[in-house]
Amino acid sequence: MKADDPRVKWLDVPPMGLAEKLYLPLVTHGLTTTLRHLAAALAGKTVTVSYPEEEPQIDNPLIYRGVHRLNRDAEGRVKCVACFLCATACPAHCIDIVAAESPWPDREKYPASFVVDELRCIYCGMCEQACPVDAIELTSLYNLTGCSREEMVYDKEKLLSVYDATIDREPMRSADAGETA
Amino acid sequence: MNQAIVLEALIKTVIVIGGLATGAAYLVLLERKMAAWVQDRIGPNRAGIPLTDIRLGGLGQPLADGLKVLFKEDFTPAHVDRWLFTLAPVLILVAAFAAFAVIPFGSVLPVRSAATGTGAPVSLVIAPGVNVAVLYVFAVSSIAVYGVILGGWASNNKYSLLGGLRSSAQLIAYELPMGLGLLGIVVAAGSLNLEEIIVRQAAGGWYVLLQPLGFIVFVVAAFAEAARLPFDLPECEQELVGGYHTEYSGMRLLLFLLTEFLHMITAAALIVILFLGGWHLPGGLTGSTDEVGWFGALARVVVLVGKVFLVIVVFMLVRWSWPRFRYDQLMSLAWKVMLPLGMVNFLTVAVLEQVRWAWRLEGPYWTALLAAAAWGVCAIAVVLLAVAAPGVADNRGCRFTESEEQTG
Repeated sequence: MKADDPRVKWLDVPPMGLAEKLYLPLVTHGLTTTLRHLAAALAGKTVTVSYPEEEPQIDNPLIYRGVHRLNRDAEGRVKCVACFLCATACPAHCIDIVAAESPWPDREKYPASFVVDELRCIYCGMCEQACPVDAIELTSLYNLTGCSREEMVYDKEKLLSVYDATIDREPMRSADAGETA
Repeated sequence: MNQAIVLEALIKTVIVIGGLATGAAYLVLLERKMAAWVQDRIGPNRAGIPLTDIRLGGLGQPLADGLKVLFKEDFTPAHVDRWLFTLAPVLILVAAFAAFAVIPFGSVLPVRSAATGTGAPVSLVIAPGVNVAVLYVFAVSSIAVYGVILGGWASNNKYSLLGGLRSSAQLIAYELPMGLGLLGIVVAAGSLNLEEIIVRQAAGGWYVLLQPLGFIVFVVAAFAEAARLPFDLPECEQELVGGYHTEYSGMRLLLFLLTEFLHMITAAALIVILFLGGWHLPGGLTGSTDEVGWFGALARVVVLVGKVFLVIVVFMLVRWSWPRFRYDQLMSLAWKVMLPLGMVNFLTVAVLEQVRWAWRLEGPYWTALLAAAAWGVCAIAVVLLAVAAPGVADNRGCRFTESEEQTG
């Protein structure tokens, strides 16, 4: 769209009034804003979280994107059906799945190995969106640390253990629970 | 006797330089804390006593900052002018410290000075009784321009050079209104001696009440001279990376940063001494004569330092309150607004002093009346300037379509 396009609506800048030209009202306005924030901060109302003494409050853990987990079904088996949709959706190519014939009669395949490289992951949540059986989910665990690269490559057992550790606090959600909340 | 003079001056110099260096280091912490508070944060609160878990609310931060800078590599880029590059931070720091030779940090101590031999009490200023103190402060603080322009030039870097150029133009432009704001005081006090100016205020009222217009002009100019926001154009990060000290690192950068805080202390001290009564506090706590006991002497030091501290807090608050001026706005403010206001102030003070002298209008009643007249002139001048608005460079309405219409 060019500047002389008839659809462009030009607004004239309102002329400065005496108060604006005097500077003083605006000067006091700026100072009072600063002083208000200063007084609030001195009274203890700050947004800073003194981690690690204080833990940050995660408003809604269901939409937080932290460490992955692999969900279990009602019988305690891994829910994943090794369809590779998450690995395909992943923009960082951090999910590596080896599919095998399922030992259970209710599905054809299951993951013999399911590995997420937490160092490559960008925590975008697209795997969780892609999953048709809600098997992979992001938890609200944010303090992910390790001493080696190998340690940060999570295999199936580790991902299932994340599920065991978080399922009490964070129930499984349907696929669209992740979009809004 | 000569040795006594030298010894006394040396002791005071050590106290002042030590106090200033420590003070500047803690002002850095205060600046960071104020910034944090204004932005609803906590600010640095971890560094305490080294090798322990005692935090002291971050009071160890200046030590940590200083050590960090000391251990940084002091890098000299290959393309710089080595001599000037090294000279610039030293020059600017020496000039900043030199200004404090005549700035009193208290009144007098009730101890007979062995140095003068006359039995006069010890003055709490490195060089007591300098009768051109105001001129000296201005002369020495102007040398800061050389440090800035040398640093900018020697760096051989476009951002540094632009920062140095801006700074020199700004400092020169604001010397004039600063001098004009000050002239009224010199006329009223009849002295260029800073100690004498404080004594006059203790006896006859603070000059902020008697010369409001001069106060406004001087404070604005002092902000510009200290290159603080809203006038920090020499080093505005968004445009010039770091301005004239872009190429500096390590100790030499520390010297520049220390100097900035020294300039702020100088400006605050001048504002306090010239306009806010120096060590004087109404109510009799600090007295108004030279005859003071130990309590009075120490109270004067505390009052003076406390006032300077409060003015510095205002400096820091202002930094987060108002946006930076554009360069043309800065210049038009100096030449079209502050300079005329300074002239008006000087004329007003001169006329009022002449009236007071000619008709012998002494006493609090007449002083209040003359102060009221000065306030009236101040209000009229400010409103007139606002109506005429010579400094308002409002080009928000400019449209690039105008040239397009002409050409095509």
